[in-house]
Amino acid sequence: MATESPPARPAPLRSFWRDERVIQAASQLLFLALIAWVGYLLIGNMLAALRRQGIALGFDFLDNAAGFDIGETLIRYTIADSFGRALLVGLLNTLLVCALGIVLSTLLGLLVGVARLSANVLVNRLAWLFIEAMRNIPLLVLLVFIYQGIFLKLPRAREALALPGSIFLSNRGVALPWGIPTDTFTAYLAVLAAGLVLAVLTGLGLAVRARRSGRPQPTLAAGLLVFLLAALAGWFLLPQPPLTLDRPAIQGLNFRGGRVLSPEFMALLLGLVIYTAAFIGEVVRAGIQAVSHGQTEAARALGLTGAQTLRLVILPQALRVIIPPLTSQYLNLTKNSTLAAAIAYPDLFSISSTIVNQTGRSVEMIAVVMSLYLAVSLLTALIMNAYNRRVRLVER
Amino acid sequence: MTPQAVVLPPPTERYTLLGWLRRNLFSTWYNALLTFAAAGLIVAAARPLLAWAFTQAEWAVVAANLQLFMVGQYPRDELWRVWLCLGLAAALVGLTWGVWVRGRRGLGVLLAVLPFALALLPIGAQSRLALGGAGLAGLLSYALGRWGPPGLRRIAVVAWIAYFPLILVIIRGLGGTFLTVVPSNLWGGLLLTALLTVVGIVFSFPLGVLLALGRQSGLPIIRAACVTFIELVRGVPFISVLFMSQLMLPLFLPPNVTVDRVVRAMVGVVLFSAAYMAENVRGGLQAIPRGQTEAARALGLNGAQTMGLIILPQALRAVIPILVGQFIALFKDTSLVVIVGLLDLMGIAKTVLAQPQFLGRQIEVYLFLALIYGLFCYVMSAISQRLEAALGVGAR
Repeated sequence: MATESPPARPAPLRSFWRDERVIQAASQLLFLALIAWVGYLLIGNMLAALRRQGIALGFDFLDNAAGFDIGETLIRYTIADSFGRALLVGLLNTLLVCALGIVLSTLLGLLVGVARLSANVLVNRLAWLFIEAMRNIPLLVLLVFIYQGIFLKLPRAREALALPGSIFLSNRGVALPWGIPTDTFTAYLAVLAAGLVLAVLTGLGLAVRARRSGRPQPTLAAGLLVFLLAALAGWFLLPQPPLTLDRPAIQGLNFRGGRVLSPEFMALLLGLVIYTAAFIGEVVRAGIQAVSHGQTEAARALGLTGAQTLRLVILPQALRVIIPPLTSQYLNLTKNSTLAAAIAYPDLFSISSTIVNQTGRSVEMIAVVMSLYLAVSLLTALIMNAYNRRVRLVER
Repeated sequence: MTPQAVVLPPPTERYTLLGWLRRNLFSTWYNALLTFAAAGLIVAAARPLLAWAFTQAEWAVVAANLQLFMVGQYPRDELWRVWLCLGLAAALVGLTWGVWVRGRRGLGVLLAVLPFALALLPIGAQSRLALGGAGLAGLLSYALGRWGPPGLRRIAVVAWIAYFPLILVIIRGLGGTFLTVVPSNLWGGLLLTALLTVVGIVFSFPLGVLLALGRQSGLPIIRAACVTFIELVRGVPFISVLFMSQLMLPLFLPPNVTVDRVVRAMVGVVLFSAAYMAENVRGGLQAIPRGQTEAARALGLNGAQTMGLIILPQALRAVIPILVGQFIALFKDTSLVVIVGLLDLMGIAKTVLAQPQFLGRQIEVYLFLALIYGLFCYVMSAISQRLEAALGVGAR
């Protein structure tokens, strides 16, 4: 609560130290001085301690050769590369897990939330059980259980479980068929870009027509169709398909070909997705329940179909309630991805703690890691807030 | 003669098993499909799990290390203190139940039976006796609260507030012959998990209230400092705060002061929890209508009196459910201290799995952990929900 200043009145007899403005200014100055003094003491102690250990503050060590290997990298990385590049590898790994995790957990969460509202008792109770289990177990226990109890207990590569579609499950990870770009791959990317432009133009044209004629037009569907047609045409009309499918095969003690997703990555992704999906499910349920039933009835009375009711009446109103808590779930997922350190997935946090162990530069690394996570959090929040501004109710 | 109009009885909705099934599981063709899919999922998940739990699982790893899981290296001669704390907790829950909740059958019976049911597990005569004692204490205090003198409500509130600092004193000890000091490096297992949570709540509560007040203050410097702290801590992952307290606290302190690892972790937990606590309290503060402040000022109360006597009591009462939720979240989050090398439940699990006779028993151990966390969190949140309903918090 803002302290209100009493009505101004002439007070010639009042001493200046009883003037509220003076008290406020003085108390703030005192507070500032206190913070500065404590900060001075702490930093002085820290600098003295670092001097005793013979460590100077500074970030130039980031250029030194890292000297440790990283299990999975999205960019080229060798032992001879610098600490800075190792950090970049970690950052990219973190971003990969977070981006995939956010998309997958949103899809699963939507499913769970809708199942929780289902009139079917069995489905409803099943979703409830899932949500309660996830909410009452720490994510760390879940992650370690998935990693050590499931992925590392899979059979060895030689006896890998084969699923239909050349997918192999083993304690070396999940081997998937993967596309390998051929000579026409860049040309195909150009075709895709052109298809995207065409699709957007189609959508815009239909939107303009919808506004002119006053009749709804299948904007989204037509755009998607155009893009899909362009993609298919490009794939078959180019002299050679842009990607060839590389199927994994068991060879000796390991897999050859395809793409092998490590057990660490899979466990982290799976754990984050199902944990966050439970929370997103609750968010979705609350959002849909926040739209009163009268809205549905009114929409049906106006002659809208079930799908139209959902798309034009329920969802826009539910989204308004859903977006803010959904944003904080995304932020939680990003922050929770640091638990990768417990299952040896080389994310930003575990690589930086390796660097701390190697160099003893704890102060600098903690500063780097905290500011990077802060930046990622702020970026996510910015994007989601921009989206929120679009969907929220415009009030007076 | 006009035929007598036959008056039909109104159609009754008969509540038969078949009718229930039809309405809730097979109302439409897709609902029936969903039912079969869900049932198939349950069977597919439950069958191998049950088969594994009763045939392949070797629960000896849990039974042999139960004491380690519960209290870590806490001295055996001092175990009565832990039981005392547990008995006090049972008595408090019983009293609370008797005073406020009264006639809620399901959960009440579950709570009353729980200690005796746990005593049936193979845990040794002494523990059985202590568990039985705790159960009796709970039942007796329930009777006291239910049929005892009025005025117990105030005592119950005071007892809850006094309880958490009290158990810290009991577990740590004051020195002397009766309560010898048990250093914090001997705390472990569930005991350490619980104590980290309790310390987090006890110390972060006043800090969080101060931060929330600072954030609402009209003094720009104080507000800026509080906002910076709150947003900084909320923007970074918990584990980086823990690392910071673990690595940087020794640097910040003068060289002759040393703090052990558990206390360092506690500092991290308190700082982290305070930022979230502040936001929750702020929610409560913002929910109080402005008229309350104005009325208080009109009655001649000054700023501090208005805050302390009018606003804060109402705000805190309104956020009790959210604070309980934070307590549960903190209980789960403390599992992260294993990453900085502490022996909480997760840490003990790691050491147990390193014992040569129990190699490869990860599934049993982590399922046991999930069960403990799940049981505690579920009971805590169920109690808080019943209490919330009984107190009428938020729905006055």
